[in-house]
Amino acid sequence: MNLLKFFIITLFCSSLAIAEVHEKTLLNGLRVFVVEDHRSPVVVSQVWYRAGSIDEVNGKTGVAHVLEHMMFKGTKTTKPGEFSEIIAAAGGKENAFTGADYTCYFQQLEKSKLPIALKMEADRMENLVISEEEFNKEIKVVMEERRWRTDDKPTSQANELSQSLTFRTHPYRRPVVGWMNDLENMSYKDANEWYQDWYAPNNSILVVAGDVKSDEVFELANKYFGKIKKIDIKQRKPQLEPLQEGIRRATLKAPSKLGYIQMAYHAPALTKDLESNASEAYALEVLAGILSNTSTSRLHQSVVNDRGLALSASASYAMTTRGGPSLFELYATPAEGVTAGSVESALKDEIKKIINDGVTDVELERIKIGVIAGEVYQKDSVFYQAMLIGQLETMGYSHTLMEGYIDNIKKITSKQIQDVAKKYLNDDYLTVVTLDPQPLEPNKLPQGKPHAH
Amino acid sequence: MLTRFFIILLATSFSFLVNAGVKIEVWKTSAGSKVFFVENHDLPIIDVSISFRAGSARDTNEINGLASITNNLMLLGSDQINEKDLANKFTDIGAQLDSEFDQDKSGFSLRTLSEKKLEAFNLFKIVMHKPNFDSAILNREKIKYYASISQGETEPDAIANKAFLKAIYGSHPYALSGSGTINTIEKLTIKDLIYFYKSYYSSSNASIVIVGDLTVDEAKLFSEDLSNGLPEPTVIQPYTEVLIKSKEDIKISHPSSQAHLLFGAPIMKRGDPDFFPLYVGNYILGGGGFSSRLTEEVREKKGLVYSVYSYFMPLIEKGPFQVGLQTKKDQIDEALNLVKSTINKFISDGPSEKELQAAKDNLIGGFPMRLDSNKKILDYLTMMAFYDYPVDYLDTFSVSVNKVTTKQVKKAFQSRVDINQFSTIIVGIE
Repeated sequence: MNLLKFFIITLFCSSLAIAEVHEKTLLNGLRVFVVEDHRSPVVVSQVWYRAGSIDEVNGKTGVAHVLEHMMFKGTKTTKPGEFSEIIAAAGGKENAFTGADYTCYFQQLEKSKLPIALKMEADRMENLVISEEEFNKEIKVVMEERRWRTDDKPTSQANELSQSLTFRTHPYRRPVVGWMNDLENMSYKDANEWYQDWYAPNNSILVVAGDVKSDEVFELANKYFGKIKKIDIKQRKPQLEPLQEGIRRATLKAPSKLGYIQMAYHAPALTKDLESNASEAYALEVLAGILSNTSTSRLHQSVVNDRGLALSASASYAMTTRGGPSLFELYATPAEGVTAGSVESALKDEIKKIINDGVTDVELERIKIGVIAGEVYQKDSVFYQAMLIGQLETMGYSHTLMEGYIDNIKKITSKQIQDVAKKYLNDDYLTVVTLDPQPLEPNKLPQGKPHAH
Repeated sequence: MLTRFFIILLATSFSFLVNAGVKIEVWKTSAGSKVFFVENHDLPIIDVSISFRAGSARDTNEINGLASITNNLMLLGSDQINEKDLANKFTDIGAQLDSEFDQDKSGFSLRTLSEKKLEAFNLFKIVMHKPNFDSAILNREKIKYYASISQGETEPDAIANKAFLKAIYGSHPYALSGSGTINTIEKLTIKDLIYFYKSYYSSSNASIVIVGDLTVDEAKLFSEDLSNGLPEPTVIQPYTEVLIKSKEDIKISHPSSQAHLLFGAPIMKRGDPDFFPLYVGNYILGGGGFSSRLTEEVREKKGLVYSVYSYFMPLIEKGPFQVGLQTKKDQIDEALNLVKSTINKFISDGPSEKELQAAKDNLIGGFPMRLDSNKKILDYLTMMAFYDYPVDYLDTFSVSVNKVTTKQVKKAFQSRVDINQFSTIIVGIE
């Protein structure tokens, strides 16, 4: 039950084109997608709910993720933990993850076991039981998860700070795992409310990929999920982020030897019609690739290798999001003895170079080659193919986005990259968070003598 | 564990068909490298790996870090082509070059589109045969090592891991951190790297795996060339045997909110006769995700942790059996006691028939998922070739698992796992 941070599609050059996708919508609104891949006798099944941390309200942050944990705690007809036991006994692997935009549950099985997974997923979509006793144990697990993922990891803390400063009104400001105080005050009733609000066939999709026949999967889906009633989905408010006017800065002090800098610029995600701002979104995507796709990309080559100012430097852009806004981000670990300020300037120098001089044809060509090869390589992973469909459809895009991806990347010119860099990578839309490393407590000598037994 | 299953000469290949339909061809190149090959034309992709017994177990206290930094510099320039141009040559044909490194192994891998195989193979050969070992790059990389070493001294996970290896391995090289120490890295010279490369990256110390869209003849030709250009065969010392030392209990303070526990001892080698009982038993004890006893007791019943696990990591010499968890500081004693009582109960009573059956169902039923992509096949075969596994290992895996009895598990745990000999590391005491 892992929790994935923030936006998910950030890996450039794992291009988005995939095999043929079969699609059918059940009468209750559940949308089913099937990808046939007959290389191995296995299948992956994923149920995606359009319910993530951006749907939470203040005071109940983290409840999307807590519910994900509770989904393994039994239904009207199964005991806590039984879901996992049955999948394990079928030779399967299973897990779940929660993001800002969605929650996903998945199983990987030998192909004949697919009905077991579908039957149980359908059961817990409708019949989950959230007992106070189980909740009170599990919420402690989630608090340990937060301590481990965030509280004791300075760069995670810096990222949490950056998000909450970059977005002042949009719910992307909240950590997926939730604020500790909200977790401390959460009750099983909050989890149950969340389940009643969002867990329904018309707020979810099923993706099945592997050695299956689409018609048979549609039949199975109808058999198990078809009788679940649709519900009225609560209205979601847009909560648009007002335009940022002026740079924002924050510093985090935490025990560490090395510093860290995270620079986040507001930037648009691709619109859901796939058209209105496509050239800008794809230009930002290519820009992120040219800055940090490989070890010879600009940031690593210049800031790390040539100038020796940082130990690592990279860029990312999430081209697709459910919530609307996105970010173009730069991250670096300053070399020892180098200030975060010098690294910030060096990163900005690289942006300026692109704004002034554009990028070379060779760089553009490398991006295209990487995208085309990436399309072939990703066919090796059935899980990944299913994941792309699930993410895109849950975010509100059509999975057909994948079909045009390579062509759209190929069309991007140096001029378009200069334009988006100039328009969006502007100090006025920037939030800078730096980690100010603190020594560990001075008395950190080993306590208690090692002793022979 | 010698090559008792691989007395095979060049050009006389043997094929084995395993459950999942993976047909492995095995041969030895004329320069003495072992090769595993799987032909598969489903996707226009070729994956290659090459591995050497050149992991951090080759380091000593004086040159700690040499094995790792040699592995690292292998990818940073070859055949007088500088680092940047070399990386771009791979990018320009859409090929991916990667490396891995652990106590036992220094490994490299290539993924390419089959239409670019000739260019990709040539580049990969250059990388393996003619590393530049440039001194300016060595100096630059040293700075990264220093930073990473000192950063590790502030992170509870890294602190615990280092203390654990030191406690269970003492003066054995498995105790050494792969990335070395600032003092030892500082002293390393290009000469050291060249000497290390010539000694341990030899053709006779290499195992090669090729998977994907090419014919066996093409694979033979390529493996011959790849093997031939490596340093001449050398006499290579086996890794040092692990002697069991007395346990240590170490507590280290840290301002973190959680305490991190590591608990264990060196127990199992690759090829250990007790492998299957211990492996299946550990699935029940702490390896099988949500169905394991440790997860049930420490997480599900008490809510003390997000993650608790146990595993055997068999190495060429005795690898660790390790239990790990993180919990809020004031709960660490409770968690440790619960871990101890859970393991003790498992050792004294063994698993139930029901638990054993559930473990077998998962391990056997899940077998097809271990080999459902070219990448996974490559990884499995890389492990098998490197550790001299019998080539029918995959074929017999399910049978071996199925044969395990509750009695065997109990006996193997009772004779091999003694928690009174386990070292205990806790980082993050109040």
